[in-house]
Amino acid sequence: MQRGPSGLRGWVIPVLVLMLWELWSHAGTFPIDTLSRPSDIAVAGARGFIDGSIPLATWQTVQAALYGLAVAAVLGILFGVILGLSPRLEGVVGPSIDALRPVPSVALIPLALLMFGFGLQMEASVVAFACLWPILLVTIAAVHGVEPRLLDVARVLQMSFAARMFKVILPAALGRINVGLRIAVSISLIVAVTVEIVLNPRGLGYSMIGAQQSLRPDLVYAQLLWLGLLGWGLNAALNKAVSMWPGGVQSYEDVQP
Amino acid sequence: MRTSPEGVASSLGGNPPAESVSAVSVRRLCVSFASAAGSHLVLSDISFDVRDGQFLCVVGPSGCGKTTLLRLLAGLLAPSAGEILFRGQPVRGPSRDRAIVFQDYTKALLPWRTVAGNIALSLEACGIAEPDRGERVGALIEKMGLQRSAHQFPGQLSGGMQQRVQIARCLAQQPTLLLMDEPFGALDAMTRQTLQDEVARLATEQRTTVVFITHDLEEAIYLGDRVIALGAGRIAETIDVEIARPRNQLETREDPRFLAHRHRLFGLLQEH
Repeated sequence: MQRGPSGLRGWVIPVLVLMLWELWSHAGTFPIDTLSRPSDIAVAGARGFIDGSIPLATWQTVQAALYGLAVAAVLGILFGVILGLSPRLEGVVGPSIDALRPVPSVALIPLALLMFGFGLQMEASVVAFACLWPILLVTIAAVHGVEPRLLDVARVLQMSFAARMFKVILPAALGRINVGLRIAVSISLIVAVTVEIVLNPRGLGYSMIGAQQSLRPDLVYAQLLWLGLLGWGLNAALNKAVSMWPGGVQSYEDVQP
Repeated sequence: MRTSPEGVASSLGGNPPAESVSAVSVRRLCVSFASAAGSHLVLSDISFDVRDGQFLCVVGPSGCGKTTLLRLLAGLLAPSAGEILFRGQPVRGPSRDRAIVFQDYTKALLPWRTVAGNIALSLEACGIAEPDRGERVGALIEKMGLQRSAHQFPGQLSGGMQQRVQIARCLAQQPTLLLMDEPFGALDAMTRQTLQDEVARLATEQRTTVVFITHDLEEAIYLGDRVIALGAGRIAETIDVEIARPRNQLETREDPRFLAHRHRLFGLLQEH
């Protein structure tokens, strides 16, 4: 996360592109029905915010993404730890996981629709399915990677399962579980928007389809840009939250020589 | 290869436990591991007793089964045959009564907890609540000379200091048996000597029974009341060190008895 004085340099290309784009849009060769003017996009975006339609759609999308992500995180970490600790169980369950994992999450939309109907639950369930695998697999690997010496220490101290889990295994595996969570965060948003674009009548995906159908490329662009920003912000916020996990792993990484 | 293991084993094993309950009794212990080449015998027919309050050192070349023996005593490993009695009761698994100090302190400490937090782990496991816990942690920090590092993380400390933290954490369990697996093997000579003297002092003060594994002959004789030499999975020799405590790094190591023991064990272990 190094920014510093070089942070400004990152803005050079986007600003340049926007300026050239705006200039070009005033020339005769500009395809106005597919490429909007940056100024029109800005106006459309501002209107969307003022009338409340973009904030509402954003909330609906984020809600489904976070809901699915939370379910996936709880299930993935719980079963990941259990499977990681028991090679025998992993041998039993592993092949089933390998068989389920390649199922494209989007292919579950019809089934999810049958089970939950339109709305939040159906969308969140598809997100949860998609996010479960990276979290589960990374957690299993993370538990395998926990120093066996620490498990010896926990055994000699006759720690309860809960104490072993929360005081030894989870903090020790956290650094790697984080990797799975970070991957899942980006997946959650992708899948939520996909479900909305395909058929769920809510959120930013549905709103973009609406803009497309009413031939409003400016609004499509505005929402697309907003979605990019949202993904970036969500990632940053969740990374921050994850790094503040109890156990002070952050401070441990800080002190590594 | 075997000078007197049979004699030692039978003289110790012959006494029924009625006379006095030993801290530890090891009876005809065998351990074998299955490997690709078949079954591999790590320890064969090991029998010995550790008296209450005794400092027993087990010395032997690497690969002779020392660490396996210690893991058995800790209850982290089950024997293939034979049994271990701890205060008259068979060992069936790990217990807080038997603390173990591992050689690889960098792996045995929780890197995300401070020194105080690592020591507190034992007390948390023993169910000791806060005001009391903090007091005991403070006392142990003082006892092990860790005052200036209490709020540092293990990764910030030298090897010697980290090993002190591990010893403090084990003492926090208030064990009746302290098991130490080559605890000073990775430390420099000066630190090793300082910690040897501290462990000897602590063991005498607290009257803790200690089983101390090492590959360093001189360390074994310097620290032990009794030294068992292991060779190729068998007890090659048992000697009693009758040099008075407190011992001294310079004088004890020049004591004729020390040198005689060293000569004897050195010759023995060379054969293996």
